[in-house]
Amino acid sequence: MTPNLFGLLVEAALYTVLLSAISIVIGIAIGMGVASARASSHLALAFVARVYVSFFRGVPLLVQLLVIYNLLPAVGINVPSDVAAVVGLSLCTSAYQAENLRGGFLSVPKGLLESADMLGLTPWQQLVRIRAPIAFRLTLPAVVNEAILILKASSLVSVVGVVELTRMAQDLANSTYAPIQLYSAAGLLYFLINRVVAGLGAFAERRMAWGRR
Amino acid sequence: MNFDVGLLIAKAPEILNALGVTIMAWLIGLVGACIIGFAVAVARRYGPRWLNGLLFGYVEVFRGTPFLVQLFLLYFGGPYAGLSLDALPAGLMALSVYGGAYFSEVFRLGFEGVPRGHVEAAECAGLSRGQIVARILLPEMAVLVLPASVNLAVVLLKETSVLSIITVQELTFTASAIGTEFYAFVEALFVLALGYWGLVEFAAALGRVAERRLARFAVS
Repeated sequence: MTPNLFGLLVEAALYTVLLSAISIVIGIAIGMGVASARASSHLALAFVARVYVSFFRGVPLLVQLLVIYNLLPAVGINVPSDVAAVVGLSLCTSAYQAENLRGGFLSVPKGLLESADMLGLTPWQQLVRIRAPIAFRLTLPAVVNEAILILKASSLVSVVGVVELTRMAQDLANSTYAPIQLYSAAGLLYFLINRVVAGLGAFAERRMAWGRR
Repeated sequence: MNFDVGLLIAKAPEILNALGVTIMAWLIGLVGACIIGFAVAVARRYGPRWLNGLLFGYVEVFRGTPFLVQLFLLYFGGPYAGLSLDALPAGLMALSVYGGAYFSEVFRLGFEGVPRGHVEAAECAGLSRGQIVARILLPEMAVLVLPASVNLAVVLLKETSVLSIITVQELTFTASAIGTEFYAFVEALFVLALGYWGLVEFAAALGRVAERRLARFAVS
């Protein structure tokens, strides 16, 4: 493979990283909302959140992408395929992130909250200074895992015409008749990106290991 | 936007057929993945060192790259390496090899999770090697690996939708085709979402039943 082709793949890989990163950040934000809705004492709200999580975890991402890509124009909303891809990835990952965050918040030791109550911290202070930091630390490994899953799942947005790493490899394979080299190179790039993300996650976990119980 | 139930009824045989293909691809892929995963886990535990290293590479590569890329490599790259497969066999093979990498890790942890003391106790009680494997190791392992296996089964079920990209005529492919042909995306995608959601919930419920039935073998 010429350096030229590999350069194109690397460029496309950066786009894959960008799409995934945006989706993960949006997904965490939505996931927080869904997790709080699930924990809400408002039964209807909690039920809707449960159905949301069950739906987005139960339907394949490819189907979700097809729904968003085909249905939005049908109801008169025209978005570029990149936006549809980010919306699909964000919604899908938000359901998983919501479950991760819920697990994190449920694992915050009760004693800490009781002490905080005793010390007269307001519920908001408790959330910001105790529950959220601890829950975030407990959730971090799952978030890193989810980031890797989304990086891999982002290959599916090639189907709705987004030219990220997989689509670029596909286009180049079609024009050069060298599918083995191109798909192997694409696989290698995904693999390297995932290694880097896993490494960063391990580093962050070590940095955040203060005050381990 | 209106919902054409008549179209769905008219297309019901086609849709049910496609659902059958999805279920078949899922079950064959699942069985293949279990067999490969078990073989890899056993080979890594009891085989020579170099084999362990080689299989570690296999597991890492197949877990670290997207299924779609693996599928493309096999289906489009295969013919250049003397391996020409039709879409369905290629899809089943890719599913098995991909799932096998994940299952091998599940089984590996299962092997490690059975307490040595249980095996030693069985040896002291005079059980033969075969009896130990059949009555102690495998049942206890089954309990340990069940939750993760059910999860993986659900992942593989959803992954079968990717086979539509290489034109395997399963549920996603058929429903999308109906959607495009009749400009009936709402109906088609309704069928899709409902079909997969139902199958996933069914698999999860089956897993819960199995967990209850196997609870008596639980290690604790």
